[in-house]
Amino acid sequence: MTDTLREAYRVMRTIRAFEERVHEEFATGEIPGFVHLYAGEEASATGVCLHLDDRDAIASTHRGHGHCIAKGVDVHAMMAEIYGRKTGACRGKGGSMHIADLAKGMLGANGIVGGGPPLICGTALAAKQQNTGGVGVAFFGDGASNQGTTLEALNLASVWNLPAIFVAENNGYAEATSSAWSVASDNIADRAAGFGMPGVIVDGFDFFAVHEAAGEAVERAREGGGPTLIEVKFTRYFGHFEGDQQTYRAGEVAHARATLDCLKRFRDRVTDSGELDGPLLDDIDAEVAKLIEDAVSAAKAAPKPTKEDLETDVYVSY
Amino acid sequence: MARTISYREAINEALAQEMARDESVIVMGEDNAGGAGSPGEDDAWGGVLGVTKGLFHKFPGRVLDTPISESAFVGAAIGAATRGQRPVAELMFIDFMGVCFDQIFNQAVKFRYMFGGNARTPVVIRTMYGAGLRAAAQHSQCLYPIFTHIPGLKVVVPSNPYEAKGLLIQSIRDDDPVIFCEHKALYDTSGEVPEDSYTIPFGEANVVRDGDDVTIVAIGRMVAMAEGAANDLAASGIEAEVIDPRTTSPLDTETILESVEKTGRLVVVDEASPRCNLATDISALVAKEAFGSLRAPIEMVTPPHTPVPFSDALEDLYIPDAQKVLNAAKAVVEYRR
Ligand SMILES: Cc1ncc(C[n+]2csc(CCOP(=O)(O)OP(=O)(O)O)c2C)c(N)n1
Repeated sequence: MTDTLREAYRVMRTIRAFEERVHEEFATGEIPGFVHLYAGEEASATGVCLHLDDRDAIASTHRGHGHCIAKGVDVHAMMAEIYGRKTGACRGKGGSMHIADLAKGMLGANGIVGGGPPLICGTALAAKQQNTGGVGVAFFGDGASNQGTTLEALNLASVWNLPAIFVAENNGYAEATSSAWSVASDNIADRAAGFGMPGVIVDGFDFFAVHEAAGEAVERAREGGGPTLIEVKFTRYFGHFEGDQQTYRAGEVAHARATLDCLKRFRDRVTDSGELDGPLLDDIDAEVAKLIEDAVSAAKAAPKPTKEDLETDVYVSY
Repeated sequence: MARTISYREAINEALAQEMARDESVIVMGEDNAGGAGSPGEDDAWGGVLGVTKGLFHKFPGRVLDTPISESAFVGAAIGAATRGQRPVAELMFIDFMGVCFDQIFNQAVKFRYMFGGNARTPVVIRTMYGAGLRAAAQHSQCLYPIFTHIPGLKVVVPSNPYEAKGLLIQSIRDDDPVIFCEHKALYDTSGEVPEDSYTIPFGEANVVRDGDDVTIVAIGRMVAMAEGAANDLAASGIEAEVIDPRTTSPLDTETILESVEKTGRLVVVDEASPRCNLATDISALVAKEAFGSLRAPIEMVTPPHTPVPFSDALEDLYIPDAQKVLNAAKAVVEYRR
């Protein structure tokens, strides 16, 4: 268990440090395009992905950095991609919104809201046909929960009894529209009943709660018990995208950061219980800080793609 | 009276004027009201790029926020149009049409024909297209050729604020389904726009610049660039005629053909990917109808046939630029003087 806890902390800290650094760097104007940050939601990606291995696939959202890190995508390659460099995970062709690593079972961040859940039905189907014991996990937002693709995927996963897990990351907003307004039921998880699958609500600031709920869902899926819908509730710390003035919301972020933060809570709990000690966690913080620093310097120093790269990778050549 | 306003403001003004004139005009889309009913400012956004900002308070009950459910709300706009409303729905980025395409191309556009001429579907779908914002392959496409391909849909691609206002008012008053394609990179550009309401008819190209040596047809954001190239060409003694078709469906074939008959040379500039786009369509038209007047092979200036790359270094190479237009125009002129 200690190893798992240490790993959980390392992953959550890596996501947080990555996002805070990207936030700072974006403000300098050096990062092109749209960037959507995951800070505040670390417990979700981490709590779920710690149950997964290379047999398993995940599909992510436009807010994908956390899912990438939790699924083991190389941080250097991610940072370089965000800077549009040739050394990036997608050789500079995808950017923040499309980071993927199929070897790691990371099917890509996705610029289309609701794009992921149908794909995960497919990865789960493949795992089932190939008898790998693998599962598929679709992460999607509260906004995406209203998309037809998501609802169709829930139904398909259920009627095909797929080893699929649907993780609705409810951070309260889709861009500037609150889920209190846009989601026509009190909880997204309540919709599970309509598709004949278990629906679970968890506190997204609590790593342990997410980890436990995901563990049950993954185990059930691996054993042929079919899909689960998990709703994870929390607050995102930054705007919808970098540059968003956030006029649509007020004090909730400061409150969440100060009192609910998943890293802080995790740290208090494991040090109070004596499972991990403070200095060890501090060491992890230092290692992570160095990793991020190195990734940023390497990304900035890396070359951009050139004319020769413009027309490659469109088709497979024979 | 004309004053200088932005492309974004011109579109907003067209919506406001039509909403004031006609009660049946309603506006809907994601974040159009910035999350009406949610805490915080309820007019925070006006859509993701702020185009409908302010309308929510000006027209209570007629600006509807939608969940991220394009099939449902685009379909709802179409349904409402069959019952006497004139809805203007915002499909945020044109790239997202995949999730509501059935409602557009099997429902809205087929009614009039399939129902023997007995249906009207006066719906406008406003959408944003185009590369240049480093937004990568799923947020940068120029998909108007796909819409143009479908009979029954009118497709409007305005090139500047004046065009945007007049064409949008026309779109709202039009009794057919209209796809109104706004280039994201044009929103902050400005130009002279009359304060009063006016319309620009569909299917009438705008001759942006007269010239005898070569015809340059350009669409949307490419028009201003082509005009710039034409001005540079004039310095080397080549007078280019620049034509903005304004609407890709219906297409003003007459103006294009007359111009080519005069100049004998054609360059088509299209930001859409090169296979089956407007450039190929217009080239085929001219090759068929004006072959005898051509003095050089037709040139097409387009991006390469690839998805839109993310990296700034690649995206800059991807988008057609004035230099490429200039080179193409010189090539057709020098082919046979
Ligand atoms: C099909 C589609 N519609 C609209 C958008 C524009 N868009 C991008 S992110 C977003 C909000 C998504 O909200 P949610 O699913 O709750 O995820 P969150 O941003 O909260 O993580 C919207 C509307 C899109 N990318 N794709």
